Amino acid sequence: MDASLIPLLPGAQVLLTALVVMLLDLFIDEHERGLLAWISLLGLALCGAEAILLWGSSEGTFGDTLLLDNFALFFTQIFIAVAALTVLSSMRYVRETGIHEGEFYSLILFATTGMIVMAAANDLMVFFLGLETMSVAVYVLTGMWRSSARSSEAAMKYFLMGAFATGFLLYGIALIYGATGSTNLNQISAYLLEPQGQWPPYLFVGGLLLLVGFGFKVGAVPFHFWIPDVYEGAPTPVTGFMAVAVKAAAFAAWARILMHELSPLDSDWALPLRVLAIATMTIGNLLAISQPSVKRMLAYSSIAHAGYLLIGIVAGEEWGSTSLLFYLATYAPATFGAFAVITLLTEQDKPKEDYGHFAGLGFKRPFVAMAMSLFMLSLAGFPPLAGFTGKFHIFRSAIIAGHTDLAIIGVLNSLLSVIYYLRVIVMMYMNEGGVKGKSFIESPYLYTAVGLAAAATIYLGVLPMRTLEWSRSAFSSLF
Amino acid sequence: MVPLDYYLILSAIIFAIGVVGVLIRRNLIIVLMSIELMLNAVNLTFIAFANSLGSMDGQVIVFFVMAVAAAEAVIGLAIVISVFRHRQSLDPQEMQLLKW
Repeated sequence: MDASLIPLLPGAQVLLTALVVMLLDLFIDEHERGLLAWISLLGLALCGAEAILLWGSSEGTFGDTLLLDNFALFFTQIFIAVAALTVLSSMRYVRETGIHEGEFYSLILFATTGMIVMAAANDLMVFFLGLETMSVAVYVLTGMWRSSARSSEAAMKYFLMGAFATGFLLYGIALIYGATGSTNLNQISAYLLEPQGQWPPYLFVGGLLLLVGFGFKVGAVPFHFWIPDVYEGAPTPVTGFMAVAVKAAAFAAWARILMHELSPLDSDWALPLRVLAIATMTIGNLLAISQPSVKRMLAYSSIAHAGYLLIGIVAGEEWGSTSLLFYLATYAPATFGAFAVITLLTEQDKPKEDYGHFAGLGFKRPFVAMAMSLFMLSLAGFPPLAGFTGKFHIFRSAIIAGHTDLAIIGVLNSLLSVIYYLRVIVMMYMNEGGVKGKSFIESPYLYTAVGLAAAATIYLGVLPMRTLEWSRSAFSSLF
Repeated sequence: MVPLDYYLILSAIIFAIGVVGVLIRRNLIIVLMSIELMLNAVNLTFIAFANSLGSMDGQVIVFFVMAVAAAEAVIGLAIVISVFRHRQSLDPQEMQLLKW
């Protein structure tokens, strides 16, 4: 059996950094803990550099259970970028809220390790281990704000729903293992491609349970009900991390498992996935309109975006998958940036996340308000921002694959979403009042994170070709 | 030799008991126990399949699942304690601070 260690490199780099941060935390003085954030950023930067250097490689290890290809590297880049932005935006926030720094950063890094493993997993069992490494760390992160009753309640709900979903996912894996005799994706797909009379009935039950588990993890309707509560209660930088990185990791695994290896079952997936996509978009958008809190609105908006991403999965083939990857890249900076702006509006552990708190922000903090407007417009899909190019390619792939109705429903939903995204902008520029000057976290790092997210939003909208090319080569590395 | 189907039916029943327990019980500790029951039903499925397929994979996976279940139980109990400190209650129905 081969045991090349190179495919482990990006994950191991992040894991090592996490361990260093966790151990160093024990020996370092209270006021020097800011150093831990810089060590985390350094480790993430090294991992990013490795991922760039390894781009184009295609190597499996440990009996092909872990596969380092462009697909894994593409997602690794997204996870690292989001983790780095999370660390940047929480440097002051964790002090304001009394969250323990060393544990916070090392948990972010542990979760990132799990995500990297998920994106590279070529075996249902390795995928499961990555998923749990990520989930367990994020359960804790959700409840890190110990003095807040809302945070611990959110952690409880997230844990119960996550563990419940894990049960379904694992039962699905068990049944697929029983039907095909292996958990390795290559062997499963080889089994499915073999012409034979009858597949055992529990193969379909297993596939369905896997679908339910994934539905829970990405928050597709009707498995979405935990998302608003958990996103609202969690510390805001963690919410941004969950809304972007955790969702991207779940979609990465979903894309690799369903679109490629289990593609012989396509005709059986198609109908449930279509229903799931339509319900997720529509219900997410409708519920987002009536929310009084911007943070909760963004939670519902992330459900709606999961619906758009599902269109990419339904469309499948080259276009669907490429646009799915590209959409995740365009969705990431806008969503994370919006949560970073909410992080900014925190006054001594009192979050200010209602629409009213955004009133007059355009006059008090013109640059922040401008960035927030960019994020909102991008999420709503206005050209020339990232959200527009992402949506354009998703809907185009649906039309190419013959799902014109899905594309039409998606466009109508985007129109619907303009209502609540524009409401934030109207609040910021056309209303008076809102929060006072001392209600902002004045941290240069947080501003940097917002600025980087805004720059990425514009860049991906104006010059999407390079990222699109990366998405395409990431997708083609699956074959 | 007991046929494979018997094991599958038994584990499906145990899994269903676990699901129902998560959905209807009003005590967080018992909900956690029900989740463990679900995972153990899955373990039984894995072992039954491994036995009938004559492959060791399933047996090895069970060890992974047990390790993961232990990690989840640790986190779950810690979260239960932090919730209990805030509200002196273990009833999930009372978790109304965030609209459920």
